[in-house]
Amino acid sequence: MADRSTSLRSRMGKYDLPQSILFLLLIGLLSIFILYPILQVMYATFTQDGSPTLAHFFNFFERELFREALWNSLFAGLMAVLIGSLIGLPLAFFTVKYDFPGRSVVQTLGILPLVMPPFVGAIAMQLVLGRSGLVNLLLLRWFGATVPFMEGLTGVIIVQSLHYFPFILLNASAALANVDESLEAAGQNLGARGFRLFRKITLPLMMPGYAAGALLVFIKTVDDLGTPLMLNYTNMLAPQAYLRITNIGFEDKAGYVIATIMVLLSLLSLWIAMKHLARSEYATVQPSSSQAGPKRAMGWKLTGILCFCGLALAISLIPQIGIFLLSFAKVWSFSLLPQSYTLANYAEIFVQTPHFVWNTLLYCLLAAGIDVALGALIAYLLVRGRIPGKGLLDLIATLPLAIPGVVLAIGYLRVFHTLEIPLLGGSLTSSWFILVIAYSVRRLPYTLRSCHAAMLQIHESYEEAAMNLGASRRRTFFKIVLPLMVGGMVAGGVISFITSSVELSSTMMLVPKNEYGPLSFGIYVYMQSAVGRGPGACLGVVAILLVAAGTYGVNRIFRDGSGTAFKL
Amino acid sequence: MGNVGQQKTAEIRIEGVSKRFGDLWAVRDVSLQVKRGDFFTFLGPSGCGKTTLLRMIAGFVRPDEGNIYIDDERVNELPPWKREVGMVFQNFALWPHMSVFDNVAFGLRERKVAKGEVRERVKEVLTMVDLKGMGERRPSQLSGGQQQRVALARTLVVEPRGLLLDEPLSSLDARLRVQMRNELVRIQQEVGITTIYVTHDQEEALSLSTRIAVFERGEVVQEGTPQQVYEAPQERHVADFVGISNFLDGEVVDAEGEWVLVETREGGRQRVERRDLQEELSVVGAQVHISVRPESMRIVREDDKGEENQVAGKILRSTYLGSVLQYDVEVATGVVFKVNVSNPRQMGVLDSGAQVLLAYSPGDAVLLGTEGDPI
Repeated sequence: MADRSTSLRSRMGKYDLPQSILFLLLIGLLSIFILYPILQVMYATFTQDGSPTLAHFFNFFERELFREALWNSLFAGLMAVLIGSLIGLPLAFFTVKYDFPGRSVVQTLGILPLVMPPFVGAIAMQLVLGRSGLVNLLLLRWFGATVPFMEGLTGVIIVQSLHYFPFILLNASAALANVDESLEAAGQNLGARGFRLFRKITLPLMMPGYAAGALLVFIKTVDDLGTPLMLNYTNMLAPQAYLRITNIGFEDKAGYVIATIMVLLSLLSLWIAMKHLARSEYATVQPSSSQAGPKRAMGWKLTGILCFCGLALAISLIPQIGIFLLSFAKVWSFSLLPQSYTLANYAEIFVQTPHFVWNTLLYCLLAAGIDVALGALIAYLLVRGRIPGKGLLDLIATLPLAIPGVVLAIGYLRVFHTLEIPLLGGSLTSSWFILVIAYSVRRLPYTLRSCHAAMLQIHESYEEAAMNLGASRRRTFFKIVLPLMVGGMVAGGVISFITSSVELSSTMMLVPKNEYGPLSFGIYVYMQSAVGRGPGACLGVVAILLVAAGTYGVNRIFRDGSGTAFKL
Repeated sequence: MGNVGQQKTAEIRIEGVSKRFGDLWAVRDVSLQVKRGDFFTFLGPSGCGKTTLLRMIAGFVRPDEGNIYIDDERVNELPPWKREVGMVFQNFALWPHMSVFDNVAFGLRERKVAKGEVRERVKEVLTMVDLKGMGERRPSQLSGGQQQRVALARTLVVEPRGLLLDEPLSSLDARLRVQMRNELVRIQQEVGITTIYVTHDQEEALSLSTRIAVFERGEVVQEGTPQQVYEAPQERHVADFVGISNFLDGEVVDAEGEWVLVETREGGRQRVERRDLQEELSVVGAQVHISVRPESMRIVREDDKGEENQVAGKILRSTYLGSVLQYDVEVATGVVFKVNVSNPRQMGVLDSGAQVLLAYSPGDAVLLGTEGDPI
């Protein structure tokens, strides 16, 4: 007995008060803005007038439309993973394992599709592959027939695959580059060669990275609201949820049920991918062990690689080029290229509707600031905290990764539309600040990851040395930890900023009124009409430039190659 | 600054301190007294609790039981930043985002020392550790030995009450280690500061310390001067860890007069000089070890006993170490003894397989109990 009480006391002594208070504050904050809204969505799904019921859930499966939407979303997600793998895996393998002219160009341009919001890509793809787009005009001229590339689900899948394949490329090449040369050498030493070596040794070792990339593609595809809406194909989960909530109102149960199904789908895919992610530690022997450089490609191999990379890049860059041309186009319809060029579109967005750009800057900078502050604090607690249950903090902060933007937005509308905030003079959802909150929450996992990685690099003795020399825990945090973490924090902030600036799913549902809309919303609004396509494209170009500048910045901070922002 | 340090330097007292991590006793009921100006070494293999105890003195680990006193002040609850005992870390822990000057100035700035004085004192301490003019460099631009000096300067500049050194030489290469060892002694004596030094290297411990505490599985198994610990180990573990030792196992058969007579498995009857320390071992029937250092054994060709003990054996191999020739000799029970022959020129190298006799004087043998034996 005595033994237990002393050990309890000494254990209690280990928790210091400020840490515990910070921990509880963070848990509280995250619960209000992450857990509670999502639980409310679940609650609405599984209750009727306060009593539990599965009726709404089962009703979903009885309606032909919803069953089809579920199937279409699933199918689109899987197809995007499949096509993305067919493009991304060979590119990853070629660029990591072989040296060839233009290798670095492929590595750089390979992430360019991510630089553009997918729904902007959708517009551009229509100009090229659409019914009266470039390709079909040529086909019509030469063969007298057209191919409906962009019609219905096919169009959605094409746009999403071309947009999201870099996730697979980046994660797979990072994993591939980490596969220790000695492990492959050992395989060769034991007699495995060529494709057999790849299948038996290399592929299993890069599996965690590939799984992470595939997971991201799937989750983002299911979550993508912009592309289906742009292509006017609404029979998928995200657009259905959006339409139910915006057209029928948030008392409609079907909207919540769809949201719940989207969450379950995300969690299911996360669970499947986790099985592979959990084995990450197999990928390397030692962090510092040797890496033989890439082999120089020769002969037919070189030809093959160049052809593949060239074709893949050309196709994936079509949207960018299309948008760029469109932004300068006066008229572009039923012609291969624009008939005449103008700057009027840019004048429109900078003079007539400058608020789209300004709003984006304001919201995304605020969101990035919030994410950096939260990310740094949470990372510190996770790595150094002596608090039981800190894993819970990690879990809640990482949860938004698996929560579709549409679902989070639905939760916010339900929870906060009645919440009057004194200073705002209205409910939280009628203020533009709801967008800032949504963006911070959606991007917190990325910023946290970045800060966490930076924090892990800081040896504890750095802090102990400071405390030993007379600096209190708080001063040590500000004088030692923060400066050493700053790279990871800035990178995390930039990641949050650039990805928020092209966020459409939650934006569409949460924008309280037109003049509060950010850039992504502006693009959507403009693209609704034929006249608006020009200015919309200009906003698209601005978005591309923002994201490109940010990506460049992150890569400058981490000089470890491309796309740190988009890895899991 | 030497004088100032001397006046401030503290006595550190540890009373019945224990610490448990889960089911494992990291430190168990340790009591020690480190006197003013001592160079006190915690010696032991990794995982023996010596670093944990050091970190408890610095305030990074809280003892489960017992008390730690610095100059009669109980510091159990005092946070690290108020203890004023300087610690030098194994990896030096120089902050990579600061210059050498800023690293060293950190503690002074935390104490709100005036700017001019900070510059003066940093300059002074950098001169003392032979790093004059290196202030603008980044830690990464320094060699291992220089980093070590910066770490030491950063700690000494605030004139702490005590100096805690956690295996400070282990990350240096062999030659530098000896050089820094001498440097450390010079600086410690110059400043006159109470120092606790943690190491697993018995040679360092013997050459640096005024006192040594030998740790084993969280407990202090022996404490004393380097000479006491080396020449009169109280347990087989100490004899084995501090230097190399050969052990003969046996039972006391006669304990009259100035010798204790032991019947051993390795070499029959052996005589050991009786010492005060070993009263409870000097009784007939006691199970004992006889510990003999390799340098106390000689190889003799023929049987001319006299006062000496002898053990028969077979040479397995010889290792030429320059000043010393070391033989591995297998004795009757299959145990291998180490024998050092100094000045090997006098006697040629013996071939493997040669049958030899090992001789040692009863005064060089130490009687040890079997209590602390590894099971």
